[in-house]
Amino acid sequence: MEKLIEEFSFGLFFWQTLIFVGLVLLLGKFAWKPILNAVNEREQGIKDALDAAAKAQEDMAQLNASNEKLLQQARQEREQMLLEARQFKDKLMAEAKEQAQAEGEKLLAQAQAVIEGEKKAAVEDLKKQVASYSIEIAEKLLKSELSAQAKQDQLVENLVKEIKIN
Amino acid sequence: MKYQRIIFKVALALTLVGSWGVAAAESPKEAHAEGTDLKTEIKEYIQHHLQDSYDFSLYSYTDEEGNHVYVGAPLPVILWDNGVQLFSSAALHHGESVAESNGNYYALAHGKIYKTDAQGTLNYDENHHITNAKPLDFSITKSVVAMLFVGALMFFLFRSLAKSYAANRGVPTGFARLFEPIVLYIRDDIAIPNIGHKHYKKYMSYLLTIFFFVWFLNLLGLTPLGVNVTGNIAVTFGLSLLTFLVTNLTANKNYWGHIFWMPGVPKAMKVILAPIELLGVVIKPFSLMIRLWANMSAGHIVLMSLIGLIFIFHNWIGSSLSFVLSFVLSILELLVAALQAYIFTMLSSLYFGFANEEAHH
Repeated sequence: MEKLIEEFSFGLFFWQTLIFVGLVLLLGKFAWKPILNAVNEREQGIKDALDAAAKAQEDMAQLNASNEKLLQQARQEREQMLLEARQFKDKLMAEAKEQAQAEGEKLLAQAQAVIEGEKKAAVEDLKKQVASYSIEIAEKLLKSELSAQAKQDQLVENLVKEIKIN
Repeated sequence: MKYQRIIFKVALALTLVGSWGVAAAESPKEAHAEGTDLKTEIKEYIQHHLQDSYDFSLYSYTDEEGNHVYVGAPLPVILWDNGVQLFSSAALHHGESVAESNGNYYALAHGKIYKTDAQGTLNYDENHHITNAKPLDFSITKSVVAMLFVGALMFFLFRSLAKSYAANRGVPTGFARLFEPIVLYIRDDIAIPNIGHKHYKKYMSYLLTIFFFVWFLNLLGLTPLGVNVTGNIAVTFGLSLLTFLVTNLTANKNYWGHIFWMPGVPKAMKVILAPIELLGVVIKPFSLMIRLWANMSAGHIVLMSLIGLIFIFHNWIGSSLSFVLSFVLSILELLVAALQAYIFTMLSSLYFGFANEEAHH
């Protein structure tokens, strides 16, 4: 220990402290600070890049999900539309059918009415014809009946008889 | 591949035989007497190495005329002795001559500069301690040069790293990017878990600088340049003093509350705990200082002793064994260099964490 103190050189201590403190200050300003800043910046940059990549991936996933959703929606819509079209078609067809039926019925009724009218007219005509034929026949019959004098006398006799009763 | 292996084996054999031949040729001349001398020489060399030095010597040898020749560069000596005394360490001649500056004379003894007369006389007391005056010494020593070098290297490295971030939109390029994982490790596994997200930022400069400073100095100590900076008590004292100051100057109310008036214990205990806690405030940085110093000095001593053994064994079995051992230990020391820097940083951040802890009772 005594030897150690004996060996202690104040001059060396002085220079050592001076050089070292100078070195700390100098390196601190010109080397350590820029180095550490650069390293920090780089690390921050890497971290940011990784974060950005993670975010991009997330966005991508989100986008995919929304695409899927959109597709699903479109599919649903299409189905809905098809369904509606089918329903509309059915409705349209039913309506048309109904209408046609009504029309037909109407036409049928009309035809029936016309037929009925025609029939009536024909019957009327027939009646008239029959009447005129009857009159003609009666006339002819009378003519033939009354052409003989005997017959005319008998008729008058009959008629007179009838008047007598009265 | 096969040929390479054969060539390698032949080369290895030649080297071993060759070194043995050299050893055999030298041994009769030196005899046994050299043995003990070599041991003390190595011991002194290690002692010398562990200490700071006034010049940056790479190696030394003795030439044919018996003169010590030192290869390296002298460094400036700065003393405060009635004004600044500035001269080159070359004037001291590694303690072999007396340096003169403005009419004052200085000599080097046991790695320290003492004020002497023109002849360089040193006075000793009864305990063999030198009684000469020691001027205040602010010399640019080998350790200071090493620290300046590491400081410049760190500034260059991390400035270029910072610039490459700016130039490439946050992606580092070049050599300095090697250090990015360490910077991030210190932030994510040392500072944030210990201090917390809220406060860690203001300590980052200190923690990063201290980690790389200690680590680089530890590593520099393992190079053949042989600078032992972090194994010097003055350096570790300076570092731990700064941790101590930063801890206590940035501490919040809760921290001081836990020291002087521990919440949640009986009053008598509070009185007993206060001095213990207060002692802890000093002991924590003190342990930091001793731990780093002891680990690095011990590593250097063991490693150099093993290297010294290569020369003591003087035969190829022992020497190569020592070589393998010191090689393995060098690798271990590489680990220790990083580990000690890590521990220093880790504990500093732990103490900063204590200083910023929020009350949770």
